[in-house]
Amino acid sequence: MTISAPTKTENATVTASKLVFKPKSRGYFPKGLCLLASLLIIIILAVVLVNIAIGGAGMITWDFLSSPPENGMESGGIFPAIFGTVALVILMTVAVIPVGVFTAIYLQEYTRPDAWLTRLIRLAVNNLAAVPSIVFGLFGLGFFIGFIGGGIDSIFYTSEGPVWGQPAIIWASLTLAILTLPVVIVSTEEALRTIPRELKEASYALGATRLQTIWRVILPQAMPGVLTGAILAISRGAGEVAPIMFTGAAYYLPYLPSALNDQFMELGYHIYVMATQSPDVEATKPILYGTVLVLLMLTFALNFVAILIRSRLRLRRTNA
Amino acid sequence: MLDNNIEITTDDKERAVLIPSPTTPARHTEKQTTPTQIKMSVRDVNFFYGDKPALHQVSIDISVNRVTALIGPSGCGKSTFLRTLNRMNDTIPGTRMTGTVKLDGVDVYQSIEDVSTLRTKVGMVFQKSNPFPKSIFDNVAYGLRVNGINDKDLIAQTVEQTLKKAYLWGEVKDMMDNSALALSGGQQQRLCIARALAVEPEVILMDEPASALDPISTAKIEDLIAELKKDYTIVIVTHNMQQAARVSDTTAFFFEGVLIEHGPTRQLFTKPNKKKTEDYITGRFG
Amino acid sequence: MNRLKFKSKSKVREFLGEKLIAINALAALVAIVLIFAFIFKEAIPIFTDQEIQQEASIAKMTFKQEFYEGRDPKWSWQPNSEVPKYSILPLMIGSLKAALVAMLFAIPLGIGAAIFSAEFASQRLREIIKPVIEMLAGIPSVVLGFFALIVLATVLQNMFGFLFRLNAVTAGVALGLAVIPIIFTVAEDAMTSVPSSLRDAGLALGANHWQVSLTVVLPAALPGSAAGVVLGFGRAMGETMIVLMASGNAAIISSSLTDSMRTISASIAAELAEVVFGSAHYSVLFYLGTLLFVFTFLINLGGELAVTRMKQRLQGKLS
Repeated sequence: MTISAPTKTENATVTASKLVFKPKSRGYFPKGLCLLASLLIIIILAVVLVNIAIGGAGMITWDFLSSPPENGMESGGIFPAIFGTVALVILMTVAVIPVGVFTAIYLQEYTRPDAWLTRLIRLAVNNLAAVPSIVFGLFGLGFFIGFIGGGIDSIFYTSEGPVWGQPAIIWASLTLAILTLPVVIVSTEEALRTIPRELKEASYALGATRLQTIWRVILPQAMPGVLTGAILAISRGAGEVAPIMFTGAAYYLPYLPSALNDQFMELGYHIYVMATQSPDVEATKPILYGTVLVLLMLTFALNFVAILIRSRLRLRRTNA
Repeated sequence: MLDNNIEITTDDKERAVLIPSPTTPARHTEKQTTPTQIKMSVRDVNFFYGDKPALHQVSIDISVNRVTALIGPSGCGKSTFLRTLNRMNDTIPGTRMTGTVKLDGVDVYQSIEDVSTLRTKVGMVFQKSNPFPKSIFDNVAYGLRVNGINDKDLIAQTVEQTLKKAYLWGEVKDMMDNSALALSGGQQQRLCIARALAVEPEVILMDEPASALDPISTAKIEDLIAELKKDYTIVIVTHNMQQAARVSDTTAFFFEGVLIEHGPTRQLFTKPNKKKTEDYITGRFG
Repeated sequence: MNRLKFKSKSKVREFLGEKLIAINALAALVAIVLIFAFIFKEAIPIFTDQEIQQEASIAKMTFKQEFYEGRDPKWSWQPNSEVPKYSILPLMIGSLKAALVAMLFAIPLGIGAAIFSAEFASQRLREIIKPVIEMLAGIPSVVLGFFALIVLATVLQNMFGFLFRLNAVTAGVALGLAVIPIIFTVAEDAMTSVPSSLRDAGLALGANHWQVSLTVVLPAALPGSAAGVVLGFGRAMGETMIVLMASGNAAIISSSLTDSMRTISASIAAELAEVVFGSAHYSVLFYLGTLLFVFTFLINLGGELAVTRMKQRLQGKLS
């Protein structure tokens, strides 16, 4: 074999090219525009966060976190709001986790993905996630307070005034539980998908029933996903104000909620009240900033933990 | 049974035992009656996916206006090799290549300033037909437009000519504005060939172009290849040895990233020089 | 010899467990139905109760009304005035104005960042952008409302000399911040779901990377990106706290983006707490809620359908 010296081949002359290609631009313009958009978002986020951090940092003291508001919210702390928020999301979590987790299990383990009921449930989950939060507030008022609470009152407490048929922490937390249901379902489903089929088959092969397999194999494996879902739900629930405005949150309470039918103070609602209803906005501003910072740190910390767990979960899937 | 992940960095002695080393490049001169010109010449190409070697010291000459078939068991590196010819492997992160690939004597990795220039000269047809979700016309016109041709008449004219060349014009001339996704699988693949022809390439790389098609569509594609050979240099990867025998002038056999043998197709299929080739074409493995 | 004695499994327990799980799975479905049923239920008097219809009927809420004899008929939302007025039009205009500003602000940023993340960004940059978007999505809307009210309103007023401190621009920009993550996420997902075989085809024809992005990937992902925009719009129309805090809450009909305004959602939030249970005003607010629910439901359904069909189209042929 002789390696012939490279020559211009005849091919080029056979199809005499009439096409003259132009040199291309490097696309700096479209790339630059997209980069600019991304940078703007980053800058805006930074401005918002830095502004809140600077405004609120000085306020975060033990005293602020542990004492009640005073003097028409112009001084004092936010302890009742923190307490109310925590109580609210705990109740919400207790309600939403079992329902969300077992819905996810049903969707992933019990049905084929193209069954009509599965698709209908999925449709409902996706649409539930898009319902405006104020609509949840209306629903909580009409359903939980009016229908359920009012119903209980009319059966058991006929002689008294409203006992359950009034805004209360239980109704607010149940409203939030419905609002955060899609979060838990989606997150749990993602975890369930990472469980290798062999693991379930091994359990079935040893004679375990489906329920036993779910209880002993699938659920323990899905725990990180359930946890992520719970944390994301808490983070979402802690930040929502519109659904709790009419279902239980109070402007100001001289006492902490101690029963399920008590009203409560809440951080987000507290922010709304201080920002819009305060007679002297300038005077409440430092406390307002401090409260915003507390709420933001709470939600971000929760989100951060959820992201950490989720990324470890994804690692498991790619390694599987 | 040979280990598929054989370390290609093994020293020569060991490798000599396992696989005959192609220290000399293609030997396909014997039966060639007229001396052919070399369109692409490849020397000492090594290729790595991360740390994993995929090609080892591949050297081959691609003759002009011939169909060169690349055969070998799956994972042997034939597709990877094909993609080094138009630098499509550049798009895969974490890959590395050494050696030279020359088109008309010009090193395509060193001398061509814009890789897109190379790709207009060395076109490619993929295993699965991949028409853009655009109209038939826009699919064929795409390559012209992105390469800066705005003359509408020229585009329309070229699209028509190209579709005629691909024997698709008769089937689609009344539905040029329809979505390309509405075509049948075989038509889609011929559209993809037409799309590649539109930018007037000199070399066409085909990566198992008929593997997903029914026998009739496959026959149409093979006829088309025979026709295109007059004007183009074609390199085709195929897992189908009958197809290689039908369409190609020379055949190169790859095994575990090494080019074992390259010669005139008839000779390679009847009297292979290497034991490994014989084992493969007689179906002892693969 | 078999030393192990297995207990026969309880068929009843198994059966009950499975049924419980299946019933539980209906929760989301039941919730969606109940939400509609109970909101609509409170709005029904508008259609049936003649006393309430005296104050607020569909016609009265929709068409121009002559509220005072001799004066020009007009659309007006003044539920607490001597003559209660329940025209929805001012609120709808308010919602649309705020959403419009939000979209004008969020579409270029959200889509631009989505393109950048899906197409142009290096791995390292992508790992900055995505968490930033997640953080933005994680900011409670009441915090965005607070920021708009306390900081943004002042800054924008000083910059542009707005007559009213709180207006559609202020509320819209803050609303845009809430919408950006939705547009970004849906659009980016659509772009990354475009099969790489299409990119390869473009590159093999001599297109540059950015040309492939703009001429192949973007058109193919267009239905998904459009769905992101539509879903973002749905969110903008339904969002409450931001507009409640930053829009000025003036229910007036004005085409100016710098006038104070009031949205449907903010009206519900602001007025429901003081409304008399079972009054016309009460029913009207639930009617507004029903409208919001139906609107976002349809928007979401449409957006979801668009995304599913796009993915099927791209993958059915080219999986």
